[in-house]
Amino acid sequence: MAEAAAEQTVQEYINHHLSFLTFGKVDGHWGFAHTPEEAMEMGFWAVNVDTLGWSIFLGAAFLLFFRSVGKRATVDAPSGIQNFVEAVFEFVDARVSEGFNYKNDLIGPLCLTLFFWILLMNTMDLVPVDLITKGFEIFAAVVFGFEHAPFKIVPTTDPNITMGMSVFVFLLIIYYSIKNKGIGGFLSELAFHPFGKWMMPFNLIIEVPTLFAKPISLGLRLFGNLYAGELLFLLIASMLGYWQLPAHFVWAVFHILVIPLQAFVFMMLTIVYLNAAHDKPHH
Amino acid sequence: MNFNATFIGQIIAMGFFLWFCKNYVWPLFANVLEERKKKIADGLEAANRAQKDLESAQAKSAEQLTEAKGDAASIIDQANKRAAQIVDEAKVQAREEGQRIIAGANAEIEQEVNRAKEALRAQVSAIAIAGAEKILEGSIDQAANEEMLNKLASEL
Repeated sequence: MAEAAAEQTVQEYINHHLSFLTFGKVDGHWGFAHTPEEAMEMGFWAVNVDTLGWSIFLGAAFLLFFRSVGKRATVDAPSGIQNFVEAVFEFVDARVSEGFNYKNDLIGPLCLTLFFWILLMNTMDLVPVDLITKGFEIFAAVVFGFEHAPFKIVPTTDPNITMGMSVFVFLLIIYYSIKNKGIGGFLSELAFHPFGKWMMPFNLIIEVPTLFAKPISLGLRLFGNLYAGELLFLLIASMLGYWQLPAHFVWAVFHILVIPLQAFVFMMLTIVYLNAAHDKPHH
Repeated sequence: MNFNATFIGQIIAMGFFLWFCKNYVWPLFANVLEERKKKIADGLEAANRAQKDLESAQAKSAEQLTEAKGDAASIIDQANKRAAQIVDEAKVQAREEGQRIIAGANAEIEQEVNRAKEALRAQVSAIAIAGAEKILEGSIDQAANEEMLNKLASEL
């Protein structure tokens, strides 16, 4: 860390930590991008193997863990680990029954998946910034001769990941809006709301951006919070030398509030949006 | 920080995870918690019912106790009455028996007196005949005298 900062400039260090391990087509053949510029050239049809890999790994680990606990779950005498999972389950279930006023069996599982998955992905931010990243860099250099391989371990600092989730929620919003209100009901909510049919252009100007602001704010809020947290860890690691240890601790203490809060906010807004998608027009 | 197919990958991953969670994770816990809720509700209901049963049993036992007390009192009462009755009957019987004994004794005494009178009468007639024999020195007709003496004896 300290010696890395001495070899590289601070900017190089931070840039390296902010780049992704991108797999795509460059110069006519498939492979990993060796520089951020190469990653840029790959365009849309490329995959950030590191963040997507961690995202899938964490999601699968969490669901398999919950399933294995759920299979062994007993009604009478819950063990310690079952208590923990049940507490998470009941927390999510309580938020859903408070905030969601309709009958939909998908909302509970959706919120549980979102909340715990995002919580785990955010928690990766507390892993020391160089621990896995540096380890992978050395591993890639030694095994594959791939020097300075980037490796991001916090999926929620990748806007592709957060926007992927928020757009998924957005698709559910559109689906349930049309399912519950009909295509006419959905469109009339955009056109005749809030000022009635004689002000339709104004209504559209207000309502259409409001609709699209939902997934964008949902995804970018999560990304922004975690990206800022990550960036501060990187600044501390690159500029403070040995003083970084207490500074890391102090920032981690603050950041540990952000981690569950953002997972919670994402889940709550999902509930609110989907509840609104089930509201019948009342006029 | 490029916008790329990671976005699509994440959407697919999320769809898969949601499907998995909905079918293989959520129901497990929903069932366990539902069952536990039901069990607790049943337990509380059973406790309530037991409490009510206890109360009604207590009321019933108190009722039975008062009933038994009343029964016992009436039985004692009846027994007392019966005892008094028996004593009265015994008294009456004893009085009757006593009367009968007295009457028997009286009759016997009378009989005895009569027998004594008879005996005396016979002896008196014998004495009279002997006296008369002495006086008349055997000259009297036995049969005529007998008749006369019997008449005399019956008059005594």
